[in-house]
Amino acid sequence: MKKSVFLGVVAATTMVAGAAAAQSTLEAVKARGELICGSNTGLTGFGAPDANGNWAGFDVDLCRAVAAAIFGDGTKVKFVPTTGETRFTALQSGEVDLLVRNSTWTVSRDSELALDFVAVNYYDGQGFMVKKDLGVSSAKELDGATVCIQTGTTTELNLADFFKQNNISYQPVTVADDSEAQRQYLAGACDAYTTDASGLAASRATMPDAENHVILPEIISKEPLGPVVRHGDSNWGDIVRWTYFALLIAEEKGITKANVNEVAGSTTDEEVKRLLGLADSGDLPAKLGLPNDAFKNAIAAVGNYGEIFAANIGEGTTINLARGLNALWTQGGLQYAPPFR
Amino acid sequence: MAVASDVPKESFRLSMLIYDTRYRSITIQIFVLLLFALFVSWLISNTISNLAIRGKEFNFGFLWSRAGYDIGQALIPYSNDSSHLTALFVGLVNTLVVALLGCVLATILGVIIGVLRLSKNWLVGRLMTVYVEMFRNVPLLLWILLSYVILSETTPQPRDFRVTDEMAAAGEAPAASMMLFDTVAVTNRGTNIPSPLFDVSLGSVDLGFMSVNLTILAYILVIAGSVWINRRILAAARARQEATGDRPVTWWKSLLVLFGPVIALSVGLGLHLEIPELKGFNFAGGILVAHSFTALLIALTLYTAAFIAEIVRAGIMAINRGQSEAAFALGLRPGRTMNLIILPQALRVIIPPLISQFLNLTKNTSLGIAVSYLDLRGTLGGITLNQTGRELECMLLMMLIYLTISLIISALMNLYNSSVQIKAR
Amino acid sequence: MEKHFARTEMLPPMAPPVTERGVVKWLRENLFSGWFNTILTLAGIYVIWSLVTAALPWWLNSVWTAESLSQCREIVTATAGEGATGACWAMIRERWHQFLFGFYPQDAYWRPVLAFGLLFAAMAPVLFAGQKRNLSVLLGAVALVLLVTLMPASAPVAVVVLVMALLAGFIALAQVRPAMLLWFTAIYPALCFWLLWGGSIWVPVVAMLGFVVMGGAYLALVGRMGPTTSAVTGVALALVWWLFVDLPLTQVIDGIAPFALAKVNSDQFGGFLLAITIGVTAITFSLPIGILLALGRQSDMLIVKTLCVGFIEFIRGVPLITLLFTASLLLQYFLPPNTNFDIILRVIILVTLFAAAYLAEVIRGGLAALPRGQYEAADALGLDYWRAQRLIILPQALKISIPAIVSTFIGLFKDTTLVAFVGLMDPLKGVTQIVRADIDWKGIYWEPYIFVGAIFFVICFGMSRYSMYLERKLKTDHR
Repeated sequence: MKKSVFLGVVAATTMVAGAAAAQSTLEAVKARGELICGSNTGLTGFGAPDANGNWAGFDVDLCRAVAAAIFGDGTKVKFVPTTGETRFTALQSGEVDLLVRNSTWTVSRDSELALDFVAVNYYDGQGFMVKKDLGVSSAKELDGATVCIQTGTTTELNLADFFKQNNISYQPVTVADDSEAQRQYLAGACDAYTTDASGLAASRATMPDAENHVILPEIISKEPLGPVVRHGDSNWGDIVRWTYFALLIAEEKGITKANVNEVAGSTTDEEVKRLLGLADSGDLPAKLGLPNDAFKNAIAAVGNYGEIFAANIGEGTTINLARGLNALWTQGGLQYAPPFR
Repeated sequence: MAVASDVPKESFRLSMLIYDTRYRSITIQIFVLLLFALFVSWLISNTISNLAIRGKEFNFGFLWSRAGYDIGQALIPYSNDSSHLTALFVGLVNTLVVALLGCVLATILGVIIGVLRLSKNWLVGRLMTVYVEMFRNVPLLLWILLSYVILSETTPQPRDFRVTDEMAAAGEAPAASMMLFDTVAVTNRGTNIPSPLFDVSLGSVDLGFMSVNLTILAYILVIAGSVWINRRILAAARARQEATGDRPVTWWKSLLVLFGPVIALSVGLGLHLEIPELKGFNFAGGILVAHSFTALLIALTLYTAAFIAEIVRAGIMAINRGQSEAAFALGLRPGRTMNLIILPQALRVIIPPLISQFLNLTKNTSLGIAVSYLDLRGTLGGITLNQTGRELECMLLMMLIYLTISLIISALMNLYNSSVQIKAR
Repeated sequence: MEKHFARTEMLPPMAPPVTERGVVKWLRENLFSGWFNTILTLAGIYVIWSLVTAALPWWLNSVWTAESLSQCREIVTATAGEGATGACWAMIRERWHQFLFGFYPQDAYWRPVLAFGLLFAAMAPVLFAGQKRNLSVLLGAVALVLLVTLMPASAPVAVVVLVMALLAGFIALAQVRPAMLLWFTAIYPALCFWLLWGGSIWVPVVAMLGFVVMGGAYLALVGRMGPTTSAVTGVALALVWWLFVDLPLTQVIDGIAPFALAKVNSDQFGGFLLAITIGVTAITFSLPIGILLALGRQSDMLIVKTLCVGFIEFIRGVPLITLLFTASLLLQYFLPPNTNFDIILRVIILVTLFAAAYLAEVIRGGLAALPRGQYEAADALGLDYWRAQRLIILPQALKISIPAIVSTFIGLFKDTTLVAFVGLMDPLKGVTQIVRADIDWKGIYWEPYIFVGAIFFVICFGMSRYSMYLERKLKTDHR
C-alpha cells in the first residue's frame, strides 16, 4: 500500500512532466503569459535594473521586443539574472526562454552545449584598455603586464592565445564582474583591462578621468554577441531571429517608435506592409505563430535597432559607443537583415 | 521490552512482520532500503533521460583535453597547453595550501586571542571581545571582499617603486620601497617574495598528470629523517632521565641533527635566493603571492580565529579553578600555569570543536570565488565547467573531492583527538 | 604610676595611597599591572588610534544627499578641500529599500514587514511556553513595532486595525489559555507564504487542509489500527489530497469566493527579505528532518543508521556553495525532464537539506547529553519507541539543543549571502553588484558593504546574545 502510493507519486510527476514536454516554447510562453529572459546580473548599458527594479539596456530591449511581438506588450517579460556559470544551464533547463546576455557565438557552444545562436545583435571584439601614462601604444608591448579579465567568458581563452602567439608573457588577474574589474584597474592592481571593446568603452566613459585612459588599437578576437535559444525548437528560434531582423528592417526603412502607426497608415512600400502585418499584405508574422501585427508592436514598444542602440549605448549616452561595425550594411556596417517576404 | 516467558509456539504469520517487535525492525529496514533504491534509480533514470534530451553524454574524457586558460597561481607546473586534469590539480593544490595555512594561522591567532580575552587587562579584554563579536556576526564573504579591497587599495603600485633618472638626480626617494632588507615587495597586485634557486637541479619525475620535483622531495626526506633522529635522541634522553634521574644535555645534538643535514643539502645544491626586481610593468623574479590568495587567507584566518578563540576560552573556563589555584600554590607563575597546567587540560575540551572549525575553514576556502582565487572550485567548478559545459561531471567530481578532503581531515583529527584524551584506566 | 595612654576615639581613617584608589588604582590594576600588560595596553591604544585616524575623516565627511557618486565627491571636495575622502551615504538613502526588499513592489512592503512581525508572534508561544508574562510582553512589543512600521510601509488602514485586533486578542488569550496560541504557530507558515507571495488565499488554506486530513485520519484510525498504520494512512491520504484534490478544489473555491493579494514573483525577492526568507524557511523545515535524521543516526537498525550517517556526512563534507551550484546547475538533471520550478525554491530545498544535516548533529548532541537513566526510565514505563521519544527524550534533548540550534541558524543566515553566486540578489553581493552597475553609483565600494555588514551584525549579535541568555536560563541541571 505504501509503495503503491509512492509509485503513484512518481507516475503523477512523470505525467505532469510529460505533458510539459510536448509543449513548444511559444505555447509555454503564451500559457504562462510572460516571457522569461536570462539577463546579465548587471552590466551598465546592456542590462541592469534601476532603483525601482525596472530592467533597462540594449539587450533588455531586444527581450522586450520579443515580448511585444508575442503579447503586444513589451512589459510582459521577466528577467532572471544569470552569472557566467549559470547562464547556459538556465537556458538548457528551460528556466529561461531566451538568453540575451552578451554571449559570444562559438562553434562549441552551438554544438556541444546544444544551443542555437539566432542572430548577432552586437558585433564586438576583445580589446585592451590601459592608462595613458603607461606609455603603451600596442597590446604587443604588454610583455610582463598584469591583465584583468572577467572569468567565465571566451575572453580568457582569447587572451591566452594572443599572448602565446606573440610569444610574450602576462600575469592574469581574474575578476568576477565588470564593476570589480574596473575598480581593480583604476586602483592600478592591473596594468591592462581586457574585455569586449564595447565594455571597455562603457567602463572608460564612466570613469572620473576618462581622458587618462586609452583603448589599444588591437582587437584580438571576434565577439559576435547575440540572443541564444535552446536547440531543437526552430520555430522559437525563428521568432526571436525575425523579431530582431524586424528591428533592423525598421531602421533601414526609417520606421521609428514614434512614427510606426503613422507609417502603417500611409506606407506604400510593400515590404513595410508585410513587416507591419497590414491588411492586404499576407500573413507572414502569423506563419511564425505570432499575431499579424507582432512586429509593429515590437517596434512600437522599443523602437528600431538604431533607436535602441542610441537610447542605451549610443553616442550621447554615458556609454557613448559609435555604431562602427554595428551600423547598417547600407552605412558600411555589418547589420544586415534578409528580405522580409 | 518485556516479553512473556512462556510464549506458545506460534506459526509465522505475515502480520507478525509489522506487529512483532522481533521482525518489525527487519521489515522497516527492508522497506527503507527499497524506498532508497527506488529513489536512487529514479534519480539515475531522470539523469539518463535528461542527458539524452540534451544530447550530452556522461564521461570524463574532457579532463584530458587542452585547458586553454591560464592560472595566476600554479604551484605545480601548468600552462594553457596543459589538460583540464592538470588544471584540476592546480586548483586542488591551491585549495589545500590556503586550507592548511589557514588552519595553522587561525589556530595560533585563535589561541592567543582566546587567552587574551580572559586577560585581566581591561582594554585588551574588551578589544578582543569586540574582535570576536565583530568577526563572528558578520558573513565571511564580507571579510573576504573587504580584506581584498584593503590590500589592493592601500598598497602602492609597482611603478611607485621606480627610481627615474630625474628622481635620482634630485636625490628623491621613490614613493614606495621594498621591505625586509629589500627582499619583499608588497604592491597592489600581490606580494613579491624571494624564491629559492638551486645551482644543481635534481630534476623531476613525470607521473603523467603532474611531475614531482626531486629537489623538494629530497628536502622533505632530509627533514623527515632529521626530525625522526631528533625524536630518538629525546626519547633516549628521557629514558636515561627516568632511569638515573639526570637528564643529559641534548640541545646541541638536537640543533645539529635538525639543522645540519638541511644546511648541508642546501650548500650542496647551491641554494640562493632570487630577489624580486622591478622590470617593466611588474616585479620579476621571486615568487608573486597574489592578493586573492593573501586576502582569502587573511579573511579565513581572522574569521575562524574568532570562533577558535571562543572555543579556547570555553575550554579554559571549563577547567576547574582549583587547578590554577593549585598551580599558584606550587609557586608557578601565571604564564607557566597557563602553559603547563591549564592549556594541556583544556586541549581535551578544545579539540573536538576545533576539528569542526578546521573542516569549516577548509570548506570555506571555496568562497575564494568572491575574489576569483582559482582554487578547486575556480578551476574545475569554474572555468573548466564553463568552457566545456560539463556541469554534471564537474560538479560531481568536485563534491567528491571536497568530501574526500573533509573525511581525511576528520579522520586524522579524530585520531589525534583519541590520542590526547585521558585514557580510561 | 605608670602613665597609660588609651585612645578614646578612633583616628580618622587616612585616605588610601594614591596608587590604591580611584582612577589610578583602576588603571594600575586593569591596564598597567606589570610590563607585559603595559605593552599590551600600549599596543591596544595604538591599534585603536590608528583605526580612528584612518577612518575618522572619511566618516566625518559623510555626504547624505546627492544624486550620484560624482556629485558626492564634488560635495566632499567642496566642503573638506582637495584630496579629502568622505563616505557617500546618499547611495544608501536612495537605495536602502533595495538592500532590504530587493525588487519587491514598493506598495506591498507592508506584507513582508507584517510577515516578519508575526513571525515573532508565532514563535512566542514556543519560546515562552507557560510564561504568561513574557508571552504578553513579547506580543505587546510585536504589536507596538508593527503599529509603528506598518503605516510607513504603506499598509492599508484596515490591515493595521485587523492586525492590532488580532494581537490584542492573542494577548488576552495568553492570559487564559496560552496553549491555544500554538494554533497560530501552526498556521503561521501558510499565512507567511500568502503574505509574501500573494495570490489567492485559498492556495495555502486548501494546502493546510491536507494536514487536517492527515491529522483527522490518524485520530479516527488510531483507536482501531495502531499508531504506525494510522500514521501511514494519514500521510497517504494527505498525499492524495495534495496531488489530486488540492488544485481543483482551490480553483473551485477561488471561483466562488475570490480573495487574493497581488501576486509577487520570487525573482522580485532580494536583499534582507531574501536572506531572511531563505534562512527562516530552511531552519523551520530542517528541524523535523534534522530530528528524524538524528533519531535515525541513533537507531539500532543498521540500514537506517547507515543511510542517515551517509546523508549527514555527505552534506557536512561539501561546501554550501557546491550545494547551491547543485541547485542551479544539477537539480534539473535529477528531476524528471522539463520539470522546472524557480531557483529560489530550489535553493531553499538545498539549503534546507544542508541545515538538516547540521541540525541532526546538534540534536544528536542533545540526545547524547541526556543521562541514560531517562531512556531506561521510559523503557521501564513500557512506553513504545515513538511515545518515549515524544514524551520523554525529545522535549529534553531539544531544550538542551536550543542554544546550538540558534547558533546553527546564525551560521545559516550568514551563509545565505552565498546565493549571490547563483545569480540571486542577496543583500551583500547581489544588490551591491546591481547598485555598482548603475552609472550613478559606479565606483562606490565601502558604503554598501558597511551598511549591509552592520545590519548583519545587529541581527546576528542580537540572536547570539539571546541564545546565551537562553542557555543560562535553561540550565536546570543540579550542580
